[in-house]
Amino acid sequence: MAIFSIPDIRIAGIAASVPKKEVSNRDYELLSEKEQETFIKTVGVEKRRVADAGMATSDLCFEAAESLLAGLEWNAEDIELLIFVSQSRDYLIPATAGILQDRLGLPKSCVALDISLGCSGYVYGLSVMGRMMTGGAIKKGLFLVGDVSTQNTSYKDKSTYPLFGDAGTATALEFKPGASDMSFNLQTDGAGYKAIIIPDGGIRNFASKERSFEYMEISEGIVRNSFHIALDGMEVFNFSLREVAPNIRALLEYAGISLDDIDYFVMHQANKLMNESIRKKLKIEAEKYPYSIGEYGNTSSASIPLTIAHTLGSEIANKELQFLFSGFGVGLSWGSVVLKTDKVFCPEVIEI
Amino acid sequence: MITIEEFITRVEGEFEDMETGNLKPESVIREHFTWDSINALIFIAHVNVEYDVVISADDLINSEKLQDLYNLVSSKANAA
Repeated sequence: MAIFSIPDIRIAGIAASVPKKEVSNRDYELLSEKEQETFIKTVGVEKRRVADAGMATSDLCFEAAESLLAGLEWNAEDIELLIFVSQSRDYLIPATAGILQDRLGLPKSCVALDISLGCSGYVYGLSVMGRMMTGGAIKKGLFLVGDVSTQNTSYKDKSTYPLFGDAGTATALEFKPGASDMSFNLQTDGAGYKAIIIPDGGIRNFASKERSFEYMEISEGIVRNSFHIALDGMEVFNFSLREVAPNIRALLEYAGISLDDIDYFVMHQANKLMNESIRKKLKIEAEKYPYSIGEYGNTSSASIPLTIAHTLGSEIANKELQFLFSGFGVGLSWGSVVLKTDKVFCPEVIEI
Repeated sequence: MITIEEFITRVEGEFEDMETGNLKPESVIREHFTWDSINALIFIAHVNVEYDVVISADDLINSEKLQDLYNLVSSKANAA
């Protein structure tokens, strides 16, 4: 099993940025007023931030990274690792990490790479960052994570349009001998790859003038083309109910930590009903289980750091805290991490 | 597994706008619930949290009466 610990890595800062443009699901015309209320109450998304055409995830991550470097008084010259986790990269090629390395003024001695993961990406990427830094050869790293999902949702698809919001985040990590272990439990089930998919635009189904733009009625209220996100909500829902709680229980047992020892469980903001079901199954108190889905929607890979910046900014800046993060979804891919933080620089959510 | 009466009481508690006492084991589910995607998700989540059982959308569609659904959930709960 992919359960393991990484020593000597400290989170120095977390920042999140979102587009200024706010959209309310109360204005979504494909749902009746009653359906809007039910959706907001059950799925939990009232408002979302939406990037204008041309605004990329890397723009949001760039602003978050700049604010961290300034707030931490870190020199760009000292950053030797940059990992960009996203499923909404700037171009098909090249990788976005290199573009960000240059734009942020990081040195040429910097390792820069992309990881293509969504809901689980923050947890997965943290493990790669940690592993690359734990020997001490690399002392400072920037971990840039986020998605602009709204470009790829169809307005006529009730199952995706009101769900997703856009955000980009930056997390600063440093090598610090003696920093307490981060422990991970990472899992995959690629048999479910079609559960959340944008079918066209990659090499398998290359963009086609005839096929890719053609709108199809999948069912009542679900009309989209092949560049849009197709979400099998029921499949993802059942997957999450089945897999997330056992993954967390196995991790806590491995790490020798009890549920009561955790100050906050910061979960991928998938869907309030789903997240609440997981909370109730694990018998976690509501106060330890923050949300950002109401104000920002499902922000894919950005959801964990965005939730921290939105709800826990002053606490994480002033206290030592024991966290559990858990991400689950597209892939299908899921994972959890337990880690301790100690006075993390965390500015308010940035709007651009 | 709990009795069907308790099963029904808990279902009524989950759906806030439902009057209590109306549902019986022989009630035809379609006459009381619209199986739109959100209600189906609420029901699936409810069964999972209460009984640690995962049922599918097809399981819901194929259950005619509440008794059928109770039988399905209890057989899955006992098998687990």
